[in-house]
Amino acid sequence: MKKILVLGSGALKIGEAGEFDYSGSQALKALKEEGIETVLINPNIATIQTSKELAGKIYFLPVTDYFVQKVIEKEKPDGIFLSFGGQTALNCGLALEKTGVFKKHNIKVLGTPVKSIQITEDRELFAKELSKISVKVPKGGFAKTVNQALKIAMKFGFPLLVRSGFSLGGLGSGVVKNKEELVKKVSICLRHVSQVAVEEYLKHWKEIEYEVVRDKNGNKITVCNMENMDPLGIHTGESIVVAPSQTLNSYQYHFLRRLSLQVIEHLGIVGECNIQFALNPKNNDYRVIEVNARLSRSSALASKATGYPLAYVAARLGLGYALPELKNRVTLSTSAFFEPALDYIVIKIPRWDLHKFIRAEEEIGSEMKSVGEVMAIGRSFSEVLQKAVRMLETGQDGLLGGFLDDTKLLPTTERLFVIARRFLKGETVDDIYKTTGIDPWFLHQIKEMVEFESSLQSSAFSHQIVLKAKKLGFSDKLLAKAFKKSELEIRNFRKKHGIVPKVKHIDTLAAEYPARTNYLYLTYHGEESEEVTGDRRQATQAKAIVLGSGPYRIGSSVEFDWCSVTCAQTLRNKDLEVIMINCNPETVSTDYDSADKLYFEELTFERVSDIYDIESAKGGQASLVLGFGGQIPNNLAMDCYKAGYKILGTSPLDIDRAEDRNKFSKLLDKLKIRQPAWQSLTTILDAIAFAGRIGYPVLVRPSYVLSGSAMNVAFSASELKGFLKQAAGVSSEHPVVISKFVINAKEIEIDGVADKGELVIFAISEHIENAGVHSGDATMVLPPQRLYLETVRQVKSATKKILKALDICGPFNIQFLAKNNEILVIELNLRASRSFPFVSKVTGYNFVEIATKVMLGEKVSEDFNTLDLDYVGVKAPQFSFNRIKGADPRLRVEMSSTGEVACFGDDLQGSYLKAILATGFKMPKKSVFLSIGGKTNKLEMLPAARQLKKLGFKIFATEHTSKFLKNEAIKNTRVYKISEDKYPSVLDLLKKGQVDLAINISEAQATQGIETAGYIIRRNCVDLGIPLITNLQSAETLISALASKKMEDLKIKSWDEYVNMD
Amino acid sequence: MIGKLLLSDGAVFLGQSFGKEVATSLGDEPTSGEVVFNTGMVGYPESLTDPSYFGQILILTYPLQGNYGVPKKEFWESKRIQVKGLIVQNYIDNPSHFESQKTLGEWLKQEGIPALSGIDTRQLTRKLREHGVMLGKIVVSNQSSDVRQYDPNQENVLPYVSCDKPQVYGDGKKNIVLIDCGVKENIIRSLIKRGVKVTRVPWDFDPLGSNLRLDACLVSPGPGDPKQAKQTIQNVRKLLEQRIPTFGICLGSQILALAAGGDTYKLKFGHRSQNQPVIDQISKKAIITSQNHGFAVDMKSLKSEWKEWFINLNDKTNEGIRHKNKPFMAVQFHPEASPGPSDGGYLFDEFISYI
Repeated sequence: MKKILVLGSGALKIGEAGEFDYSGSQALKALKEEGIETVLINPNIATIQTSKELAGKIYFLPVTDYFVQKVIEKEKPDGIFLSFGGQTALNCGLALEKTGVFKKHNIKVLGTPVKSIQITEDRELFAKELSKISVKVPKGGFAKTVNQALKIAMKFGFPLLVRSGFSLGGLGSGVVKNKEELVKKVSICLRHVSQVAVEEYLKHWKEIEYEVVRDKNGNKITVCNMENMDPLGIHTGESIVVAPSQTLNSYQYHFLRRLSLQVIEHLGIVGECNIQFALNPKNNDYRVIEVNARLSRSSALASKATGYPLAYVAARLGLGYALPELKNRVTLSTSAFFEPALDYIVIKIPRWDLHKFIRAEEEIGSEMKSVGEVMAIGRSFSEVLQKAVRMLETGQDGLLGGFLDDTKLLPTTERLFVIARRFLKGETVDDIYKTTGIDPWFLHQIKEMVEFESSLQSSAFSHQIVLKAKKLGFSDKLLAKAFKKSELEIRNFRKKHGIVPKVKHIDTLAAEYPARTNYLYLTYHGEESEEVTGDRRQATQAKAIVLGSGPYRIGSSVEFDWCSVTCAQTLRNKDLEVIMINCNPETVSTDYDSADKLYFEELTFERVSDIYDIESAKGGQASLVLGFGGQIPNNLAMDCYKAGYKILGTSPLDIDRAEDRNKFSKLLDKLKIRQPAWQSLTTILDAIAFAGRIGYPVLVRPSYVLSGSAMNVAFSASELKGFLKQAAGVSSEHPVVISKFVINAKEIEIDGVADKGELVIFAISEHIENAGVHSGDATMVLPPQRLYLETVRQVKSATKKILKALDICGPFNIQFLAKNNEILVIELNLRASRSFPFVSKVTGYNFVEIATKVMLGEKVSEDFNTLDLDYVGVKAPQFSFNRIKGADPRLRVEMSSTGEVACFGDDLQGSYLKAILATGFKMPKKSVFLSIGGKTNKLEMLPAARQLKKLGFKIFATEHTSKFLKNEAIKNTRVYKISEDKYPSVLDLLKKGQVDLAINISEAQATQGIETAGYIIRRNCVDLGIPLITNLQSAETLISALASKKMEDLKIKSWDEYVNMD
Repeated sequence: MIGKLLLSDGAVFLGQSFGKEVATSLGDEPTSGEVVFNTGMVGYPESLTDPSYFGQILILTYPLQGNYGVPKKEFWESKRIQVKGLIVQNYIDNPSHFESQKTLGEWLKQEGIPALSGIDTRQLTRKLREHGVMLGKIVVSNQSSDVRQYDPNQENVLPYVSCDKPQVYGDGKKNIVLIDCGVKENIIRSLIKRGVKVTRVPWDFDPLGSNLRLDACLVSPGPGDPKQAKQTIQNVRKLLEQRIPTFGICLGSQILALAAGGDTYKLKFGHRSQNQPVIDQISKKAIITSQNHGFAVDMKSLKSEWKEWFINLNDKTNEGIRHKNKPFMAVQFHPEASPGPSDGGYLFDEFISYI
């Protein structure tokens, strides 16, 4: 094998997220160590695997059979890895195998053979195969039609579970209780897949997973087992998961382990796979639910939970190594053929962001909705659970804080806290077990925590109670509140009494052998803090503590991991001892070799202080790096500054001047830089009065939200009133910020680095969508293609003034509005922004590396050209609306995308098309549906509509749009609104698959709760998988791209063919 | 109630007692024994009743113990708890399992075994790893710690754990004589499941000196220094001379090696876990095994007619020996699992195929 092609997973989406950056990066690392040339296809520009250090050649292209085939023809690799890029890579590989591409080009599929993959992906084949070795799968049948499904239902009775094959994150599956639900569910599923499984519903069975590794010789191990706290029926990605299992005895643990090995042997897996079981809690009956013949979310979790580098080992096994030949990468002395022994407990909790969506359903089930996760490590269940709760960064501390509706015990995102409230109300473990199916073991633990938390108020403050609280995982903050002291008072009291957490290693062998790596966590269940081993640094070496980004969530994901990891690498190259803190198992920053030491820990002030204390006590000046992990570390700046910790880069006082709206606004006024009029208000009446003064529309940002989404645009006083009511009121404690919403303004971002207030490097990007679409949902173009030079000059000049005034030293990002050749500042971030990887990789200059050097005091004086480039980079958002049932997919001021891609092209059209194809867009072939609200929008769309007609598309349109187009002599077919109750309605059209592309531009802002005709159209497009555009500028850009480019025109060029990489 | 673990190097660990607390009879002394650790994450009922732990104070490194309570006697590995004491990080008093009959604490109290929680078991384990296994005492409440230290390696402990008289299991035609040096029940279950009869005999029983049908012999695991089992070694030597198919497991393997003229030595801290990787030197296949031993066979001491069958992939110590042309085989690990992985279960088939 000389040259190997690796497929990535593309943009982060629900069900397929950061874990594949981890797995792909490890695979590339393994290949690099072997001296094998690598080619990577992955359009996800924010990943670490798409950095120049890891892959030989990188193609920022869609991972689809068309593009992968083109790259194969060009690169002629000897082998291909399909198992490191999630379901996307696997599906793409299966398609290429089917069309004979691998055979034609003589490419070996490495790792698990395609035939085995096909078996695991086809539920019917899988069931057949397992019956050959007498292993049980759920009873039921397979249906290709609704009628077949009904027949199966007749045989087995309700309730039943419907599941679809070939899908990531359990899309389309769910429990059905009657015939109507079955018909609905199956018909939706069958639109996406050719076959569904209709199975017995194993109510309240336990769900247990094993991660299994097997080599080509048949040596096999299970690296980790995991128990879902939530019973079967809740997707494992939606479940609270513990490792190792807590309620299984030796017989059950090893019985399922043995079955895992038996199944994997029979399937002939080579590398890594995941197997899921259902286990009857009343006896030892079991079912094999599924096998994922690839690295998965669970395998990333298992890797981090055990210290066993699953992806790295899987890659080596794919190259033909045998397991006993490989070494344990943690001890460096023992064998990689072993099963990790944990002497700690691990808990994973998913992070949901459903409040970002309008009309999203809160219930969780067999489909995945979470956008990220955290993992906590400790030595008691309560300690770990509480850590994990805080790691989520949702403001929750303890189990009883916050407001929530505890009347329903349905499986919702808030379930854990509802259970806690129910205990407080006096419900018993048995009551809650009966409704939730959560094993009483977990419920007893939760109950104990609740009892302690509720007794705190009436307890006397003492050394004993603080010690007990810390062992149960309570934060200083929560204790401070209970005992009416400050967080710092609690901290000082603790330290005085020697109540401090101890450092422990994750060493894979429960201390049986010494670890040579520093994979660490803190616990209050221990007396001894372990000295770190294998230190390559001297005790007096300067140390940098880099804070990672915490859980992936909407608005903060893999891009900040790239920033953190890149910063850590730069610091290491500068010979600092680098200490990483992060708590997200889907990241590369939590690989124990990304830094000299890794603390898999909370990013709270308390924990960061604990680590700062520990590291400072060991000698060597420790500094904190807060600028690369997004907003979570950035928010700690002021507290850390007050505590006297050394912080690299821009002073926290200046960060505060930028983050405090009032201070920043005054500064802008002083600098004579314009900003939209705004005010922070504490009563609804004041808010309405202010909005009246500045004129509608206004942007509304309440500081506290109960449900529904936070940010909105109000077009009238009544709308404003509605939003404020939804926002759980407005008070002096929870003020609302009202600002002028500028219509038809362009949005521009500048990313850069400053050194002591002087601009070092910058990149200006423009948004395709006009202001009103959150910058995280916008399509970004670099270098800008449609900006006036005058605007660029103004942006630069304003930026320079701000940098100077705030004495910025490090990374920054400023967002501007531009209208009529005038610019307004809307936001400043004194940290690396979401777009740092994009601007770095498009311009070829590593902004994070430059920023890190500047923060260390290094002078960077180079001439950077970021404006006059021979190519265009386009960053496009990835949405996961298909996962969030009921959510309105229209773009708004609140961010809803879950990931992004970026592609290169010689012009805007080419790179735009590649980028949206990389987010799952399908090229329209025959027909387009148009529904354009409002006169202005219609007029604006006219040239684009004409172009569509010229391109030969059949146009369908709703009443007004249709009439408008006819008047303009654009031939089209009118379809009826759903409310008109006439045939053919829009829905008929969509459902029959007669539309390749839907463009639905609505006039006013969507109002929550009202089911408009537009909403029904949009939602159906999402559910039916029809490409949908809801933004006018996007529609125009798309149509102009369709007019100028065909698939064949999209060039297959690698990153280094576009960008000069020295 | 507070309790203490005192190690022979003077170290003291404070914990909470959750087992036997007060003196139940006159002259009741604190518990003393050899302190060892096991890194398995499940299987405390099996481990606690495993006679190989006789005379030892067991540290379980997994920090939560008691999670699934205690099952019926039928699931135990012997009739009682064999360890002298138990040390854990956190004890769980609210177990959940359909097979659970009582809590771990209740069981320990009933059997009169002291146990401590709240001890930094990782620190303790690291200490034993660095210094090797140590002797230690558990002192609960106001007991005096001034007591003779017991060391199970200084005497022949087999009489304490073996059976009194022969006992027959199963109704197969072929009879396997099982020399009980402290056998685990699952060895017997594993054999009779395969259709043979098992006659369990005491540790010093001479199978050739009896009129038992003798198709093969299995020398069981057990506690202590193998060299203390002089009578068993002698009896096994006779079996080898008579070419009786013989299978040694754990202590049985060491006894077999000694009977064949080889030597054994004490490991620094032994292997006690469910994740020990061993490789079959003949087939080159590797398996994960359950282990519980403090002594090992010195391969160099054996004659060339023996080949090294299994070795440990981590520290390369011997994990099994096999005679080149006679039906003698032995493994250091536990093919019967319980607790632990059953990857080595096929070895019972290999053994029975000798008959």
